[in-house]
Amino acid sequence: MKPVLLDVAGLSTTFPTGRGPLIALDDVSLSLDRGRTLGLVGESGSGKTVLARSIMGLLPAHAHRQGHVWFEGQDLAALSPRDLRDIWGREIAMVFQDPMTSLNPVMKVGRQITESLRHHLRMGKDEARTAAVDLLDSVGIPEPKRRADEYPHQLSGGMRQRVTIAIALACWPKLLLADEPTTALDVTVQSQILDLLQAKQAERSMAMILVTHDLGVVAGRTNEIAVMYAGRIVERADTATLFAETRMPYTESLLASIPRVERPSHTRLQAIAGRPPDLVTRPGGCRFAPRCPYAQPRCAEEEPPLLPAPTPGHTFACWYPVGTPAGDEALARNTASNEASNKAADRAADGR
Amino acid sequence: MPEPQPDPASADVEHGSTGRRRLGLLFWASVGWLGLIATLAATADWLPIPDPTRPGVAPARQPPTLHHLLGVDVLGRDMLSRTIHGARVSLVVGFSSIAFGLLVGGAVGVLAGYFRGRFEAIAMGTVDVLLAFPALVFALALVSFLGPSLGTVTLAIGVLSIAPIARIIRASTLAFAQREFVLAARTVGARHRRIIVNEILPNVIPAAVSFALVAVAVAIVSEGALAFLGLSVAAPTPTWGSMINEGRTVLQDAPHISFVPSAAMFLTVLALNFAGDSLRARFDVGEGRL
Amino acid sequence: MNARYLGRKVLLLVPVLFAVSALSFLLLNLLPGDPAIAILGPSATEQSVAALRHDLDLDQPLPVRYVRWMGHTVTGDLGRSYVSNQPTVEAVRQRLPVTLELLLLSQLLALALAIPLALLAASKPNGLLDRASTSTAFAFLAIPNFMLGVLLIYLFAVRVHLFPATGYTPFHDHPIENLRAMALPAVTLGVAELAVYLRLLRSDLIATLQQDYITMAQAKGMSRNHILLRHALRPSAFSLVTAAGLNLGRLIGGAFVVEYLFALPGIGSLTVESIFKRDYIVVQGTVLLVAVGYVLANFAVDVLYGVLDPRVRHARATA
Repeated sequence: MKPVLLDVAGLSTTFPTGRGPLIALDDVSLSLDRGRTLGLVGESGSGKTVLARSIMGLLPAHAHRQGHVWFEGQDLAALSPRDLRDIWGREIAMVFQDPMTSLNPVMKVGRQITESLRHHLRMGKDEARTAAVDLLDSVGIPEPKRRADEYPHQLSGGMRQRVTIAIALACWPKLLLADEPTTALDVTVQSQILDLLQAKQAERSMAMILVTHDLGVVAGRTNEIAVMYAGRIVERADTATLFAETRMPYTESLLASIPRVERPSHTRLQAIAGRPPDLVTRPGGCRFAPRCPYAQPRCAEEEPPLLPAPTPGHTFACWYPVGTPAGDEALARNTASNEASNKAADRAADGR
Repeated sequence: MPEPQPDPASADVEHGSTGRRRLGLLFWASVGWLGLIATLAATADWLPIPDPTRPGVAPARQPPTLHHLLGVDVLGRDMLSRTIHGARVSLVVGFSSIAFGLLVGGAVGVLAGYFRGRFEAIAMGTVDVLLAFPALVFALALVSFLGPSLGTVTLAIGVLSIAPIARIIRASTLAFAQREFVLAARTVGARHRRIIVNEILPNVIPAAVSFALVAVAVAIVSEGALAFLGLSVAAPTPTWGSMINEGRTVLQDAPHISFVPSAAMFLTVLALNFAGDSLRARFDVGEGRL
Repeated sequence: MNARYLGRKVLLLVPVLFAVSALSFLLLNLLPGDPAIAILGPSATEQSVAALRHDLDLDQPLPVRYVRWMGHTVTGDLGRSYVSNQPTVEAVRQRLPVTLELLLLSQLLALALAIPLALLAASKPNGLLDRASTSTAFAFLAIPNFMLGVLLIYLFAVRVHLFPATGYTPFHDHPIENLRAMALPAVTLGVAELAVYLRLLRSDLIATLQQDYITMAQAKGMSRNHILLRHALRPSAFSLVTAAGLNLGRLIGGAFVVEYLFALPGIGSLTVESIFKRDYIVVQGTVLLVAVGYVLANFAVDVLYGVLDPRVRHARATA
């Protein structure tokens, strides 16, 4: 039996800081099959970008990574930098967030594509050039021959992101990591780029991890979704299941910040009260508890494990899940005590 | 806004902000050396050393001995005494030329950075033109046409230091003239002179001092180069540059004649650079602003 | 090449060239007393002084003198030596190749060492090599060139007879001897440049290596060396070109000292010798030529910068 394409087991990444280690990624496990797409969703600082980079092994030198990243049965975490470079760009490729800064400003666009073709696929100069022009054409760049001889600053933001996609696709990778590929772009181009990624993924039956802070982006475009909070995966399910049977209150809050699920939204997630926790001095218990409308005393003491739900493939980490009797009761209790304290406050105000 | 990466940079910044960088041992060693040289130069006339211009105090080219700690030169003059007296020329030219440059260039820079407008355009245009000159060549020309002397050398180097100093002081002034406390002072109607003296100058001076120390080093080297070419204070007054030049013909037999003033000058320049650099780091004066 | 960029640079050239010429012209007026007597010496006859006063238009008002002098200058007449009677332009023409060779060799030497050292240092910031090269560069910056020259002569000409201490052989007479004679002068002049370039390129490379496009190149699986040479060096090299232009002023001043020290028959030693001989017309001419050459070289560097950096070249596309 062929091993699964990507199997991440117990992956943790920490960065040393002046105040102590910052645990950006805490014991994350997930797997992804060939040709499937996974949406990785969370607020800023939830660790989704670090997860994407940790899967690749593309981390700053002082970062400390633990755990395993099995890619086609090979542990990437155990590979030497030299062997890793044969995987990067060839087997696993990455599209970065900001096309304004991720292209070399003083290198012609065509050269930036041909260099990986020539390096990984050992193409000759002319062959690589032809392939690069074809790639530019295939990602929807008009006049690809002329554009190949231009510099990045001569292209618009959307065009530049198309170029980085062409670069990522150049060597037919089996896995594409797209790290917030539309965040830095104009609203009008965002869906074009997402459509392009989706089309290319389907056309090449390549696996893709789409990192985003916007649940609306992944709603219609991915097979599965993993929701991250404070360096951990807190809920994971098929896309349809996640929307229909949301269990984790954090996922519910994310959903609530999208006006309508059917209509992809581009608003940032700011509707959740409070801030994500400090990843250096983390409190015990559930990390979402301080901001959670369902939170009970137990949540602050015991960290809920990621456990399977009745629906196959659905896992979540919560003591009082949304849509269960325990969750309903917890929410009702919190609402009642909130009202009571509001009334007490009112009475105090009246008494004066 | 892009998602902030848990990047190392932020951690480094946190490190740095816990306290300003301390002035290290090297800084105090530099200050110590400069203090020693300055004290010796100032008190040279009362020190128990021979007259630096008196020849034949020992056999010519004699290497260091107990009586003449740094040896004697080609005319049998005491090297220790000549080096100490030579420090006078270097330090006087170095510090007074830069003081002159600071006075003129500093005033131009502060006024240009504070008042902006047409004055700034003209002043900085002139500065750009002046900066387009090869400095040492013009110093050489000025000194040779005016006739070499302590005064003309100081004047030439001082004049050439005006443009770079004005440029740096203006940049530094600009950075503070837009700060809230200055804008606040302006809106409540404080007089320009008061604002400049009370708000701008105290903030600009640290940057000016750290740059001035490095500038003094450059001035000392320039004087040395002119003296080496025979275009500084006339003989027999000793200067480090002319002493190095005198010694280079007898390197075979008496290398100490060139090396003693060389070492004195090297240490002085190094100390000035160190002190300037440490102060710059201490006061967070970014190199970009210089 | 962007026409507006070029136009602005040319426009800036005009006042600079005017100031350079005016200052060079005014040098004669700095001479104490009558310039004609200062040039010819106190023993000159009244007739020859009068003839020189006429030659220099000293009986004319200052602006008229400047215009006439400029007229001579732009037609290539910089006067003649009152010691050897040789036209200044001719003397400069003879000696220019020596100075140019010295400048070129020292720059080549500095760049040939600075670029690989900076790449090595920047690929491991705060590593052993980085710290060693940074502090060595700092120390080298504190060594004046005349001091370094004397030290090098002592080490490699007096103690070990590896190179001649002074003297010059033209390249077309004997290439090897020429390079041997140029070795110590070029090193003397190049070391400070090396230190400047190394410091600059190192910090620039370190900043460049933090850029997203470097991470992107890593993600493409490019090797470390490929990233350093192909992706990081080129954008960092632009500031090197600018620095090379700015350094030229100090470099020319340094060349004067080095030529004098090593007795190389270049423009610098011509100027210094003429100063000693009170040959003021020649000094005035060489100062003017050197200053104009410096201004034009800086202009060329600016233009080159525009050609090299596509972002400047296509400035209009983004503006």
